[in-house]
Amino acid sequence: MPQPYAIMAEFQTPADILHAAEKVREEGFRNWDVFTPYPIHGMDRAMGLKNSKVGWFSFIGGCTGYTTGMLLIWYMNAYDYPIVIGGKPMFSPFYSFPPSYELTILFGSFGALLGMLFLNRLPRLHHPLLKNRRFALATHDRYFMVIEANDPKYRQAETQRLLETLGSRHIELVEGD
Amino acid sequence: MADAVTSTISYPVKVTAPPGELTREPLVTPTRDIGWLSDAIAGVAEGKTPRWWWICFGISNTMLVVCWGMIFYLMSTGVGIWGLGHPVMWGWAIVNFVWWIGIGHAGTLISAILFLLRQRWRTSINRASEAMTIFAVMCAGIYPLIHIGRIWLGWWLFPIPNSNSIWPQFRSPLMWDVFAVSTYFTVSVLFWYMGLIPDLAVMRDRAKTKLRKFGYGLFALGWTGANRHWSNYEKAYLILAGLSTPLVLSVHSIVSLDFSVSQLPGWHTTIFPPYFVAGAVFSGFGMVLTLLVPLRRVLHLEDIIRVRHVELMCKVTLATGSIVGYAYAMEFFIAWYSGNPYEKFHFLSSRLADPYIFGPMFHLKPAPYWWAYFTMVSCNVLVPQLFWFKRIRTNMFIVFILSILVNIGMWFERFIIVVSSLNREFIPSNWGYYGPTWCDVLQFLGTFGLFFTFFLLFLRFIPLIAIAEVKGVTPQADPHHPLGGAKVGGTH
Repeated sequence: MPQPYAIMAEFQTPADILHAAEKVREEGFRNWDVFTPYPIHGMDRAMGLKNSKVGWFSFIGGCTGYTTGMLLIWYMNAYDYPIVIGGKPMFSPFYSFPPSYELTILFGSFGALLGMLFLNRLPRLHHPLLKNRRFALATHDRYFMVIEANDPKYRQAETQRLLETLGSRHIELVEGD
Repeated sequence: MADAVTSTISYPVKVTAPPGELTREPLVTPTRDIGWLSDAIAGVAEGKTPRWWWICFGISNTMLVVCWGMIFYLMSTGVGIWGLGHPVMWGWAIVNFVWWIGIGHAGTLISAILFLLRQRWRTSINRASEAMTIFAVMCAGIYPLIHIGRIWLGWWLFPIPNSNSIWPQFRSPLMWDVFAVSTYFTVSVLFWYMGLIPDLAVMRDRAKTKLRKFGYGLFALGWTGANRHWSNYEKAYLILAGLSTPLVLSVHSIVSLDFSVSQLPGWHTTIFPPYFVAGAVFSGFGMVLTLLVPLRRVLHLEDIIRVRHVELMCKVTLATGSIVGYAYAMEFFIAWYSGNPYEKFHFLSSRLADPYIFGPMFHLKPAPYWWAYFTMVSCNVLVPQLFWFKRIRTNMFIVFILSILVNIGMWFERFIIVVSSLNREFIPSNWGYYGPTWCDVLQFLGTFGLFFTFFLLFLRFIPLIAIAEVKGVTPQADPHHPLGGAKVGGTH
């Protein structure tokens, strides 16, 4: 039998999976995750996750957008082809503010979405868990704890016992690729 | 997966109710568990297509054909087919543009501002409202493009190098508008799609056919619901909400600058940006009510879009309607307070003077569009005041009728602003009366075809309520709540 991808334990309630996550973190596992139909309040702390870095992507996007807007308008209306219109200045940060403001938001939003996808390593069109029939319930009403087989602390029998003591009533091995 | 999908979890814990004065009506009918939510919402987009859907789709598709037909006629003939003429060079096209884009404001307000304000009731209505926003902005976007007459030169609005070496001219608010509206559309789509990713994964995991599994799977981007993903996802969602909030406030502000930067009495007003935004939210909620009040019934979603949600939307409509009423009054005050004779003339003689009450009171001849002003004030200021009464807010039929009146009133507001300001400007020899032609009317009806065609397709293929988000606001989803599995009496 080929090496399994991971061991997967099913839980029935959000409280159960939250406590299980605390325990698994304390045990010192590293390559593990919980899979839930919706984000569970307090799970980040239970898993010991740090604050997400998405904000940086968005911030850099926003700065780029604002700079792009200002430079673009300056280049077009004041540098490349200046035309006097209504005696208004060739360039002014005031009239170029609205488009630059919109570009700040536009690039910042792309930064947030693409940053989120990048940090999550998505899109990923194939995943061993998505082949598992039972796992389809993770988007329905079940909560799964998955500990990957490549975790340094992973020992099939012991890990299974640990998950059983945490209250999981259904544990199975997930096939690898 | 349907066999495995039926929920088997029972919740044996008894929850003691808090004292009566502290109870809030729950957001989802309490007997419904989270598996049921998936089944009910995803079920709308699964199964056999109902007959009413085909009928509505047929009608809206016919109207869509009218829309393309009128655009084709316009392109081949010119804007002369519309009722435009000196001095009213902005007619229904701009009226409809501003109206549609205003409708598009509720979606982002619900998804962004109500999210930041932690209004958890938004989860039941945000997906459909965001879809409404996107389709309304599409309808709006058609008008500026086609009203330029030579549609094939529309790309001159964008900073693309061309053979004349001339660039767009950013001292004009019309250019700001191009950026505001296109950014608004793009960010609305991003926000909507991001909210959709977990729900597309739900659809993928429920799909019975290979094609559906592939289609939903492709757009779900391999979402698994991992908490490490949720952590980034929630942060990105929060940031998008934070970015969309100033965006939604800026878009209609910038649209209003198209008018208020000019010198024309009736347009040249500093109150325009907040006034336009309040009006936009008002009309947007009107449209959300028009769409969701019948839908919740037809699609049997009364347990998720509850009477409480409708009531809360009515309250937002009441609040924004009152702000709009205040803005109308303030326009008159400023016209008087400024001492500007043109402003005074405009507001008294061209807006207020009706043949029955105010005209005789001020010894004025009736204004050319007095009936439009009258309709606008009745529908926008008086009608929403009915929402003070709980009996009206909870009567779905009346709410539906009133929401349509709100939409009509807001259309007339755009009409009053655009047309009644233009038709009598400074010199009386420059005055003229404007009326639409059949082409204007059919073009407007055609955009409804576009809107409803897309909306019906949305209902058929995409979960119309954010499944993951609604699950998250139920008590069963809270690990510290007894229904979520916590021990009674303790937090952990």
